Amino acid sequence: MDLLYFAWVRERIGTGQEQVDPPETVRSVADLIGWLATRSAGHAEAMREPERLRAAIDQKFVSLDAPLGAAREVALFPPVTGG
Amino acid sequence: MIRVSIDPAPIELAVELAALEERGAGGVASFTGVVRGDDGVTALELEHYPGMTEQALIALAEAACARWSLLAVTMVHRVGVMVPGDRIVFIGTAAQHRREALEACAWLIDRLKTDAPFWKREQLGEDARWVEARASDADAAARWGSD
Repeated sequence: MDLLYFAWVRERIGTGQEQVDPPETVRSVADLIGWLATRSAGHAEAMREPERLRAAIDQKFVSLDAPLGAAREVALFPPVTGG
Repeated sequence: MIRVSIDPAPIELAVELAALEERGAGGVASFTGVVRGDDGVTALELEHYPGMTEQALIALAEAACARWSLLAVTMVHRVGVMVPGDRIVFIGTAAQHRREALEACAWLIDRLKTDAPFWKREQLGEDARWVEARASDADAAARWGSD
């Protein structure tokens, strides 16, 4: 699964993208956030407050309780601030 | 006709407006967002999600065309580093009558604020901070109801 990070999520993790192979127990975006938090100190800092995170699966916004299903690309980022 | 552009180059207002006028509409409405220099902001950096951003803007433009009778929609968002006074976003709509053009333009900028993956980082001299999303933007988008 390809992961993409943007804004301060990217800065805290130290990279904008990585490939991961989470265990089968990781079924939702929220599960993924919890699992990612264990990968490094940077990941833990980025995932510390899940309520401040938003997500997209295959380039569509989803809620954090959305199932990952057959997701190829998952992005995690703060609430958007364009315009 | 829908035109969506995400570009680090400066937004050419006259060119965008002229293209909309050439559609032969009775009315052209537009919104231009400009980088503010309040709170000592010296530069603004725009990050986005390549691929998803274009899709999100096209989806908004198509939804506007389904809701209002429009001849053309233009959505241009600048990315990269800007300074106060620079244009950051341009929304333009062309329609036979003013109400359609004005309402669609207002809807598009309200929805762009909440539905497109852009992030602003403000530079204040040596310091930098990510801009926080505002609840008032979500309220502005929600007041239009669902598509």
